[in-house]
Amino acid sequence: MQLTRSSGKRDGLTPALLAGGLLGLLVGFYLALSAPPDVNQGWLVRIMYLHVPMAWLCYLAIFGTLGYSIAYLVRRNPRYDRMAAASAELGLLFSALTVLSGALWGRPTWGVYWTWEPRLTTFAILIAVYVGYFVVRSAIEDPELRANASAAIGILGSINVPISYMSVKWWRSLHQTQTIDLTTGKVNMEPSMLLALMVNLLAFTLLYIAFVRLRGIIAEREAEKLEAQHG
Amino acid sequence: MKPKHIFGIVLVVGALAYLIFGGLSSNLVYFITPSEYFQNEAKYANRSVRLGGLVKAGTVRYNKDNLQLNFVVTDGVREVAVRSVGTPPALFKENQGVVVEGKFAGQEFQGTNLLVKHSEDYQAPKTGNYTPEQIKKIIQETN
Repeated sequence: MQLTRSSGKRDGLTPALLAGGLLGLLVGFYLALSAPPDVNQGWLVRIMYLHVPMAWLCYLAIFGTLGYSIAYLVRRNPRYDRMAAASAELGLLFSALTVLSGALWGRPTWGVYWTWEPRLTTFAILIAVYVGYFVVRSAIEDPELRANASAAIGILGSINVPISYMSVKWWRSLHQTQTIDLTTGKVNMEPSMLLALMVNLLAFTLLYIAFVRLRGIIAEREAEKLEAQHG
Repeated sequence: MKPKHIFGIVLVVGALAYLIFGGLSSNLVYFITPSEYFQNEAKYANRSVRLGGLVKAGTVRYNKDNLQLNFVVTDGVREVAVRSVGTPPALFKENQGVVVEGKFAGQEFQGTNLLVKHSEDYQAPKTGNYTPEQIKKIIQETN
């Protein structure tokens, strides 16, 4: 299968990434269900195999928006603005899924669906930034002003991501600290659980790239249609 | 700009301001430890606070009839007796990190909500599944 960009260029990479991501999800699903229960949480630990990749995708998405926003401000190419928005759309969707899966995990383990502790509060700020990004986009009609304003939000909003990631270490929190700690390289997980999580993280990463590319192509066609109507 | 857009922007900016200045600043210290309480008892008297620490081993008493739960929270230096009502979360056990929401009543802490911290370490149980004795014990405890 191939997608055709409006420029006529054929895109075989997006369907390949999509297929790879879906295959990875299937393998990850199988591995997660065959992994052992946790010594403390029992089978509840299975929520982790979805919750962690979902949260990872949110962080990834805001960095995608950051990268494309900077690229837009440097190159002034409307394509980068469309890609930044496509990445933010995925970020908004998956941040909602992260909160939902986290709430379902929090109730049986912590005892509450939600509490205003540092990790959860910084994550709520992340969602508010994503929502604000799209409110501003829909409010401004001039394409160049819209692209500039949303690039500014994309860049400023990404400051929150490292704060959110480190919040469990910097402040007292209810949320546990990182299991796979990127600052020290320590991993506190049974190998078969880690394998299932890693496969899911890879699958979500592939799906993220595929979805951003797919959304970029759709947005490109929408923009051309709009131009044809006005021009 | 249409009114709905102005409304949307005001809403988001308001939410952000609330989260950053209201939510985050008061939650940067998510819970206080028993030692911190005894250092400044007057400050925490008669107001809702979160008390955090470990459940001291051998202090948990749970009455299944009236759901009264008593235990001691310790930070290794000072300790506070906690009284709360309700079935504790499944992960509640001795030496577990907990955060209790409630108020101090003299030397005792009156908990309204019991939250349990869990470890970031995920491991399989050592003996695989439950042994018949463990299952028997669980069934007895639920009766």
